[in-house]
Amino acid sequence: MTTSDVVGSPTASQPAPPPPPGQRPAWVEPDDGSSGLAHGGGDQGDRVFRALTAAASVFVLLIMAALAAFLVYRAVPALAANTANFATEQRWSPDADQPRFGVAAALYFTLLTSMIAVVLAVPVAVGVALFITYLAPRRVSEGMGYLVELLAAVPSIVYGLWGFTVLAPNLAGLVSWLDRWFGWTIVLRYRPDNEPNSYSPLAAGIVLAIMILPIISSLSREVFRRVPREQVEAALGLGATRWEMIWMTVLPVGRAGVTSASLLGLGRALAETLAVTMVLSTAYNLTVHITESGGVTLASIIVLKYGEAGEVGTGALVAAGLCLFVITLAVNFVARMILARQKVG
Amino acid sequence: MALLGRPSRHPPALADGLTARCLPRYALPVTAAAVPVAVLGLFAVTGLQGVAGFVVVSALLFAAAQTALSYLVEGRRSAVDRLCTALLCLAFAAAALPLLLIVGYTVRQGLKVVDLQFLTHSMFRINPEKVGGGVYHAIVGTLVQALLAAAMATPVGVLVAIYLAEYGGRRRFARLVSFVVDVMAGVPSVVAGLFIFTAWILVLGFQKSGFAGAMALFVVMLPVVIRSADEMLRLVPDELREAAYALGIPRWRTILQVVLPAALGGIVTGVMLGVARIAGETAPLLLLVSLNQRIEFNPFAGQTDPRPQETLPTLIFEQFGVAAGNAESPPFQRAWGAALVLIVLIGLLNLVARFVARFARVRG
Repeated sequence: MTTSDVVGSPTASQPAPPPPPGQRPAWVEPDDGSSGLAHGGGDQGDRVFRALTAAASVFVLLIMAALAAFLVYRAVPALAANTANFATEQRWSPDADQPRFGVAAALYFTLLTSMIAVVLAVPVAVGVALFITYLAPRRVSEGMGYLVELLAAVPSIVYGLWGFTVLAPNLAGLVSWLDRWFGWTIVLRYRPDNEPNSYSPLAAGIVLAIMILPIISSLSREVFRRVPREQVEAALGLGATRWEMIWMTVLPVGRAGVTSASLLGLGRALAETLAVTMVLSTAYNLTVHITESGGVTLASIIVLKYGEAGEVGTGALVAAGLCLFVITLAVNFVARMILARQKVG
Repeated sequence: MALLGRPSRHPPALADGLTARCLPRYALPVTAAAVPVAVLGLFAVTGLQGVAGFVVVSALLFAAAQTALSYLVEGRRSAVDRLCTALLCLAFAAAALPLLLIVGYTVRQGLKVVDLQFLTHSMFRINPEKVGGGVYHAIVGTLVQALLAAAMATPVGVLVAIYLAEYGGRRRFARLVSFVVDVMAGVPSVVAGLFIFTAWILVLGFQKSGFAGAMALFVVMLPVVIRSADEMLRLVPDELREAAYALGIPRWRTILQVVLPAALGGIVTGVMLGVARIAGETAPLLLLVSLNQRIEFNPFAGQTDPRPQETLPTLIFEQFGVAAGNAESPPFQRAWGAALVLIVLIGLLNLVARFVARFARVRG
């Protein structure tokens, strides 16, 4: 892999592959010269232009190949130097004489905060999508959709600031309340004696939920819009109430779409960096008590540790990034598979 | 459904025939007025307190009360319908509320520090822990890097989209490219930053710079541009292409002079939305661009003097770090000011994108 593959002018550095043979749409005449009359001198230009677009496509493939290759290339030496099990070690001290680091804590909190986010966001997002599609007055429904999508335009660092200054401190009442009434679930128990200052997985999960809400709701709206109108009208015509209509015609059709939208939202939540970093106070011990402060995620560990990382430390962070990449890749892949199957069926 | 005209406010006679009983018109407003009063009484008697708690309890109690009333008067099916309608409305409120809270809080905090001085001065020779200085240098950095990334991503993205929409068809290579673009869209931005960090800085030995940041932003933005341009090109009706071919115009000139102009508005919108997305990206920039207090227009400025460009997101994160959790301190106020500037910047980009989209639809 050379420099030019990564940064150089995309079009100049790639050898153009010969255009692969194949069928073309019926309305295109062959450009092999057999219809020279129609195409005049265009053949040469067409070949060049087509090669140019193909080269740009190859360039995209090369970027992704380089991304994977460079991450693996930097991660492997660090993983080899690691004296602890990468998957089960909780601590992160890769630059010690005996490097010990692992993603157990980061992986656990990444999945935990993202799951909290999805559990909170999906019902609300589906509700919003149904509200905008079937309940809101037609004149304002577009504006309402736009309003919710504005949430996606707020940068993640602003969510982080807000979560740190406004949300987390104000969760104290909720945390005490949950502890009092739902402490028996263990998950919601708050053990420390001090006044709760919840820089906790729960706070991070709530911030993430707000962030992934717009993507889930806008994808769900797309799905609900595709529900056959005849079925909706038939249900209403048979005397169903509006909710019965939604329950019996809209939701069954939309189930696969909503599932894949939720998974895409999960992918976003897993990858989110700054908001979580700022809300969660750093700690490496595993705990099931989601209202207690502390935790670290795969993405936040990179931002927190890159400044002090040495040779092995950088490799370790790259390994954490690789781990994150593989997880999001898998989640997105499953989501797109569900969508694709839905379209065929 | 909006298309159907609304079912009447009271579901018309259900199984009971035309004489089904409905809640009187005044029932809901009366309930809505009575519930907060009841909740106030509840709060006075029990130890409950807080505005948020009041709103939540009132809303839930209202949903429950009108359901109960409806059940008594109208029967089970109407009650369920009313309950679910109320819950859907609450869901929308629950989604809109955070937006208003976040934007409102940012505006209120930001306006305390944002003025002409704040927008036109850098942090050079300013003690970050004291009042003063501004974010001009960060605005410059954000704009330069976002535009640089857009300048790289737009031509590549549009070419790939042309390949996918015009030449690719259902060929295996086209499907592979399409799949990889989807994968690329799912790459966490911090991983894109790590990629440039390892490839450009560690392996190739370049220094941190605004350009390195722009390359990471390029990786984030490229799939956005490709997807939107691809969709727009596919919306251009085949009749336009056929007409061009019938006139003897070669394919590449048809694409460049007929298809692209027809889809131009949509493509520009996609690019603008992509720029809006990367303008707020923080994680990759934290890895690739380092602290700088001075105004720096050159994105290639390296790590030693002159230092790499500052950007708005990195400035916010740095000031947040300096403030060390003290929400009243000047650096924290400065962070809110910068956040307000960033939100306004991204909001403007979004608005322009929508404006372009409205007035330049794909023409057929």
